[in-house]
Amino acid sequence: MIIERQLYQGELIHLAAIDYEKDPAVEAVWTDSSAYWAAHEYKPPRPLSPSRIRKRYEALEKEAENRNNSFYFTIRTHQDDRLVGFVRLNRVDWGGGSANLWILIGKSDDRDHGYGGDALRLILHYAFAEMTMHRLNAWVSESNQAAIRFLKKAGFVEEVRRRKALLLEGNRWDYVQMGLLRSEWLEQSQVKEIRA
Amino acid sequence: MSGKLFYGELVHLTEEEPETMVKNFTKWIQDTEMARMLSNDPPRLWSEKKVKEWFEKDIEKPREDEVFFGIRSLESDKLIGFIALDGISWQHGDASVAIAIGDRRYWSKGYGTDAMRILQRYAFQSLGLQRLTLVVYDYNPRAQRSYEKSGFVVEGRTREAMEREGRRWDWIYMGILREEWEALNTASSSPSPP
Repeated sequence: MIIERQLYQGELIHLAAIDYEKDPAVEAVWTDSSAYWAAHEYKPPRPLSPSRIRKRYEALEKEAENRNNSFYFTIRTHQDDRLVGFVRLNRVDWGGGSANLWILIGKSDDRDHGYGGDALRLILHYAFAEMTMHRLNAWVSESNQAAIRFLKKAGFVEEVRRRKALLLEGNRWDYVQMGLLRSEWLEQSQVKEIRA
Repeated sequence: MSGKLFYGELVHLTEEEPETMVKNFTKWIQDTEMARMLSNDPPRLWSEKKVKEWFEKDIEKPREDEVFFGIRSLESDKLIGFIALDGISWQHGDASVAIAIGDRRYWSKGYGTDAMRILQRYAFQSLGLQRLTLVVYDYNPRAQRSYEKSGFVVEGRTREAMEREGRRWDWIYMGILREEWEALNTASSSPSPP
């Protein structure tokens, strides 16, 4: 075929479907951490059992099927096919051409290994070249400076700062929207054949 | 306490019977300029039957994260629009405001600003919220000015968030913090300087 690209294959990781047998137990361990709940900022923090997580996966898939407004992938290492995180595009607005990007590397040990960057490259290509989005949003707490740096490195710029909009473990933080336009992504991506 | 939780100087906030809201709402959305202030989706001409289902559902199964009021002019007791809080986060104390004066004869006469004043007081003093958020499209500078008059400040822009009539438009985010509202509210109750 003339198009040969594999959308799910990165250098270090690949994107894969949910594994209902194995993934709930892995994610359940992550729910102990502040970082996990800072990434799920609109859910009240609480430890989650594997069974409850399984239910959440079902809800996620059901919504994607019924409303066609979300895309979700697990991030797995090439080396041992281990679940290290998730990447999702949700609240897809097909008419306006925008979506929210959400990415999580679950364990602190797995951060700074390039897994997130690899997954981000794949999802940006997916969003702009496959879904033909015009722009992406990523909402993060200002307390998560690592995430802001990570997004900036990929070309995102700060667009909105909802002052003191988040309460996380006793402190109020700004809720920051980072944004990336398709035209900005094209400038820095290697896919020169795609036109703005 | 004032005893007049839902009253301003020009309007009061109400809960309308579904039939009343439906009759007016389906009329208002026939005005394209009005409909395009409300939503970034392509406007639709919903039937009375469909809209009635939404309002009835809200009575049958009220949502914890939403409040919806009619706006009635005090002078004529006419229903002229609505104002709502949605996406209320009780955890973070934030909510989004949506307001529309559906009947264009009542635009730019202070009715919306008065309704916003009642809603802010309600959000901060009765619901205990910490801030309010709203989004205004950048083709609607009249609304932006009125929100600024109500104490909202610009918190940023979602660039090129939507396309209408052949060009891209930004969404402007605005917000007001509880302490900002309190400061303004104290100031406005004392005589204004010359």
